[in-house]
Amino acid sequence: MFDYNFHWRPVLKSLPDLIQAGLVTLEIAVLSMIIGILLGLCLALIRMHMSGPLKWFAVSWIEIARNTPALFQLFFFGFGLGAVGINLSPFTIILAGLCFNCAGYLAENFRGGFQAVPVTQLNAARCLGMTAWQTYTRIIIPQVFRIVYHPITNQMVWAVLMSSLGMLIGFRELSGETQFFASRTFRIFEYFAVTAIIYYVIVKIILGVSRLLAMRLFRY
Amino acid sequence: MQESISFFSGFTPSDLLFLGEAAWKTLLISVLSISIGTLLGGLFGWILYEGKWAAALSLNPILDIFRSVPLIIQLVLFYNFAPIIGLNLDPFLSGVVILTLYTAALVAQVARAGIEAVAPSMRWTSRSLGLSYWQDIFYIVLPIGGRAVFPAWIGVVLGVMKDSALVSVLGYVELLKASQILITRTQEPFLILALAGAFYFALSYPISRYATKFEERWAK
Repeated sequence: MFDYNFHWRPVLKSLPDLIQAGLVTLEIAVLSMIIGILLGLCLALIRMHMSGPLKWFAVSWIEIARNTPALFQLFFFGFGLGAVGINLSPFTIILAGLCFNCAGYLAENFRGGFQAVPVTQLNAARCLGMTAWQTYTRIIIPQVFRIVYHPITNQMVWAVLMSSLGMLIGFRELSGETQFFASRTFRIFEYFAVTAIIYYVIVKIILGVSRLLAMRLFRY
Repeated sequence: MQESISFFSGFTPSDLLFLGEAAWKTLLISVLSISIGTLLGGLFGWILYEGKWAAALSLNPILDIFRSVPLIIQLVLFYNFAPIIGLNLDPFLSGVVILTLYTAALVAQVARAGIEAVAPSMRWTSRSLGLSYWQDIFYIVLPIGGRAVFPAWIGVVLGVMKDSALVSVLGYVELLKASQILITRTQEPFLILALAGAFYFALSYPISRYATKFEERWAK
């Protein structure tokens, strides 16, 4: 039945390179999450409190990010912007695509979080003499952050998984690197099996770290 | 004067037909894998709920793999693994198999949450009134739990519909692959990407709006 000889040696030999590429994947995911959280927070606040073209812009960003495939968004940043003369490097394309996508999803999470914090909290803080900035940074956002902590962790995992799209636009993060090696040695199955394990480990590490952080942050 | 040969030609009506056919293929693979995957996922969710620790140790880690490894990697891995065990699957079938399992892994969690959403007292009551176990499942748990997790299920469905774009790595010409081919030929990325994006958006946006409305009505 098994008419196939598994060759694991070339995979083991390039394992250090794959792990290196795994770090690139992690780097992209972390960067896109940091930018995505900031952008998502802005989008959520704009969507809730503003009107006019700015709100229209935020709503269309959120809806396009949530209702089209991530690959489509990457194609847009790659082919679309390329056509008007803005040629981005593969790294920038994947980072921009992931940030765009994460910001859209996170904005909706943040909106839900803001709506879950009672208005009385805001009123009480303002009555106590806090400025709007103080109220938001010291009262509202910490509570929102606690509510959206779990969704943010999920989004972080999604960012890692989505960064594998780099393979399709020629960026050499973990998947792209694997494809490069696989097409050089034709050991496609072996390479991708090892890559799958590396992804699994990365995801588990993220979930574990987030659980530890949660224990530390939300003790009381 | 010699006429130069042009490698690129403009966007013609027949290309619209090509895109339409590709859109149909996207729909076909999504509907097929979502419907089988949902049935399978419901079954898995029930096993996870009833199986207690045995299922938590056996089925859950397997489903966890499908959630923790990028879909692209799963697709490439399975497509290259099938010939090893003597199966010759075309890209479409491989895509359906992996998308189905992926859907099932995601739906399993939703289904378990749905069963847990039904109050135990409700189920004791139904059993006390003389309903059999299966009557209890189909007439009590399914309608009540199903309604509770319907929005979450819609989220999974839309996610899989968008992720079906990734089957293009196996050479299955679905909508995004078709638009990529057309962009290469016509050099008109904006028009074609807008068409493809509009298709996904038109499919996804109304459904997600409906789910939100449903959730709001149910929350009252």
